[in-house]
Amino acid sequence: MAEGAVLTAQTPAVEGKTRAGGTALAARLEALELPAGGFAAAARRDAAERLQAMGLPGARDEYWRYTDPAPFNAARPEPLAVPGREANLFDDIDRLKLVFVDGRFDAEASDDLTAEGLQIESMAQVGAGHWAETLYGVLEAEGQTPVKRPFAVLNTLVARDGLMIRVTGKVSRPVHLLYRRADAAADVVVHHVIRLEPGAELTLLETGGIGARSNTVLEVDVAEGARFHHIASKRADDARIGIGHVFARVGEGALFKSFALAVNGRVMRNEGVIHIAGNDAVAHIAAAVLGDGNEGSFHHDDTVFITHAAERCESRQVYKKVLKNGAHGIFQGKILVKPGAQKTDGYQISQGLLLDEGSQFLAKPELEIYADDVKCSHGSTTGALDETALFYLRSRGVPKEQAIVLLVLSFLADALDEIENDDLRGAILGRLDDWLTSRAAG
Amino acid sequence: MAEQISEAIEVREGVDRETVETVQNMGSYKYGWDTEIEMEYAPKGVNEDIVRLISKKNEEPEWMLEWRLAAFRRWQTMTEPKWAMLNYPEIDYQDQYYYARPKSMEVKPKSLDEVDPKLLATYEKLGIPLKEQMLLAGVEGADESPAEARKVAVDAVFDSVSVGTTFKDELAKAGVIFCSISEAIREHPELVQKYLGSVVPQSDNFFATLNSAVFSDGSFVYIPPGTRCPMELSTYFRINAENTGQFERTLIIADKGSYVSYLEGCTAPKRDVAQLHAAVVEIVILEDAEVKYSTVQNWFPGDEEGKGGIYNFVTKRADCREARAKVMWTQVETGSAITWKYPSCILRGEESQGEFYSIAIANNMQQADTGTKMIHLGKNTRSRIVSKGISAGKAQNTYRGLVSMHPRATNSRNYTQCDSLLIGDQCGAHTVPYIEVKNTSSRVEHEATTSKVDDDQLFYCRARGMDEEEAVALVVNGFCREVLQALPMEFAMEAQSLVAISLEGSVG
Repeated sequence: MAEGAVLTAQTPAVEGKTRAGGTALAARLEALELPAGGFAAAARRDAAERLQAMGLPGARDEYWRYTDPAPFNAARPEPLAVPGREANLFDDIDRLKLVFVDGRFDAEASDDLTAEGLQIESMAQVGAGHWAETLYGVLEAEGQTPVKRPFAVLNTLVARDGLMIRVTGKVSRPVHLLYRRADAAADVVVHHVIRLEPGAELTLLETGGIGARSNTVLEVDVAEGARFHHIASKRADDARIGIGHVFARVGEGALFKSFALAVNGRVMRNEGVIHIAGNDAVAHIAAAVLGDGNEGSFHHDDTVFITHAAERCESRQVYKKVLKNGAHGIFQGKILVKPGAQKTDGYQISQGLLLDEGSQFLAKPELEIYADDVKCSHGSTTGALDETALFYLRSRGVPKEQAIVLLVLSFLADALDEIENDDLRGAILGRLDDWLTSRAAG
Repeated sequence: MAEQISEAIEVREGVDRETVETVQNMGSYKYGWDTEIEMEYAPKGVNEDIVRLISKKNEEPEWMLEWRLAAFRRWQTMTEPKWAMLNYPEIDYQDQYYYARPKSMEVKPKSLDEVDPKLLATYEKLGIPLKEQMLLAGVEGADESPAEARKVAVDAVFDSVSVGTTFKDELAKAGVIFCSISEAIREHPELVQKYLGSVVPQSDNFFATLNSAVFSDGSFVYIPPGTRCPMELSTYFRINAENTGQFERTLIIADKGSYVSYLEGCTAPKRDVAQLHAAVVEIVILEDAEVKYSTVQNWFPGDEEGKGGIYNFVTKRADCREARAKVMWTQVETGSAITWKYPSCILRGEESQGEFYSIAIANNMQQADTGTKMIHLGKNTRSRIVSKGISAGKAQNTYRGLVSMHPRATNSRNYTQCDSLLIGDQCGAHTVPYIEVKNTSSRVEHEATTSKVDDDQLFYCRARGMDEEEAVALVVNGFCREVLQALPMEFAMEAQSLVAISLEGSVG
């Protein structure tokens, strides 16, 4: 219980105008139940110190320029009615289903954990000395430079559950993390650690509503030659607030690909922190976001930081946001090319499609480059639907609503193309089509 | 590829030969000498007494002093911004002189004939003739009608004071007011009071606020309604004194339907100790008026080890206050050890337009963090940004920009292109754009690329007998073309040779 003691003790307020003071942090921590020692005790102690030093972000924090961190700083979330069950978009796909209810692993509702090439344990089951201790809070801590991500540190400190997944071979069946809500006030903190051994392959799916408020961290270590695919789709559970971090380390010749579909959330912030450590590696991160501000407001922030620390690597950031009824879409992306990371091929595209007045798209696409033999570029566009294209479709007899759906789908196509598996892409497309068609009239 | 090469060749056959010759004939920083002249200094440091002293030296009215003091009090509560990608030692604001003027300027010369010949010689050596019969060097014959060479009126600022303004009478005939700002405060207080601080308020930012308190001189321009300024106006800033900060303030007002093209140049001697320069430029543009503002910034960049050089913290902003106002910023940033500069456009009037063309070159230990802000407030406003950043040696070059489309700025457009070129593997090139779109009918497009000098292009040039340095200068000039073309003729020539000089020693 050592780390608990560290935290509840009175500590001096954090210096600096831009960060919320120590009192906010103290109140935030008090509301959380701190895990006992055992697993990852050292990482949690370290997190406690780091969090005290950095404090929680304030509204004037540059990294929080476009998103007010207040909902994440608040001691407790607003309770949120639990929605009824809806069909899962991956129901038709052969997969290994692992269920979380209010952020706790539900073994009964989940499939059998024994699968070939996979070693899966929930955090609650493992004790000190587990393999995941070499990664838990470690990739997160590495991802704190040069930008501080206090909510990820908070997660490392207080997460009580999550899965430790070790992949030793080529796993053909995707692993599906399915989140459910039962308690209307659930303030969920989940922390997963995934290690792909050299040459291993895994596809990870994530769906569902995690909690009234959620804070998730996914640490992924992709060793040499391994391949990791990640597809996340959060259910239409509109008023939710959540912050998620993915910390990835990509080894030599390895592949990391992450795609997210987001059609919900009152305030969502997703941070992707990818460190390309080995030569000839590939890292792609993409998202398709559809925001309708009429459903309890919509504010969706994707913040990505890709570091190239090796030669001949490729990275892509593809973000497409369709916004209506006062929805806010944010993209902050960065490509950092370290000295010596020659032959880097980095590309970043962020596009906002505003379907009506009042919606906003705010972008900060950055490049920071310290090597000369590189090819790095970014593009960012914002605008309305192309009237000419709309006219063309209508002049050929396509009703207006349907024409809009077609144009929106074509706008999102580049992001969807980042999903390699046809069945999975089909499932996502189906969900998109439903969402668009059901709202086209509005 | 083929297209790029043919472009490059055109450059060579045109003016680039000159560039290459200039590189060969000149030392690295050709303006690094100083003028030995008796100076008068205010005591070191900044406090209310210094502010009062500067105001008194300029024979300012009470309201101006109050304005300065308010700024100074505000400044004392502010902290220096640290968000730029710049790394420099703490500046000791009390270890600078805030006012330095040549002794000979104590009694204001009534005309240029009375100005200390040493001062005139200084400008002549810099290639800036202050005698009206002389014209800017390098222009003759370049003009389409050489018989009628172009006139450029010059306001020459030496450390803290303006030493003279040329063609004043001829300009006055057209109704144009062109004088030093200290003179404008005395002679045209109604204009100054109305517009000073209306674009860059006293409390705008740390450096602008300091400038508001201690600015010693600068230029003032007023173009009356419907007037096309009969000649180009220019200000030449020279820092000469040691340990002296230069704080100049420029105020340009283009009244309805007027037009002016304004040029700004600056140099400083080579010194081991870094010097501070914090300027403010305010431009007010009324209905249908147009202002073109071009800068060739060539302050001493410091030596190869990063010793000395100017710390350049500049706030420049144009306010297109009424319908169809238009502003065009063009800058060539080759000097200064530290550059912190974001010439901005507030597009308030309907259908107003802002353009920003920039070349920023950082070599050796130079650091530049520069860009623009396009703030679209009015309907149907347009803006265009073309930024070319070149890094060589161990330099760091950052483009930082904001494009903001406010909810009311419907049907507006922005196009941004920022390209970075890296020469060598020890330097850095960075892009930090902010794009904020808050209405549907506007369209914003942003593109950025980073690359190195293309090996194929270099090989092609070298295969035709050019040495490596020539070849790099050629490729770089091709890379900057879009911006160079936006400059007035006089500056385009100077800028082109500067590009080459600034990159000297960056190859091999």
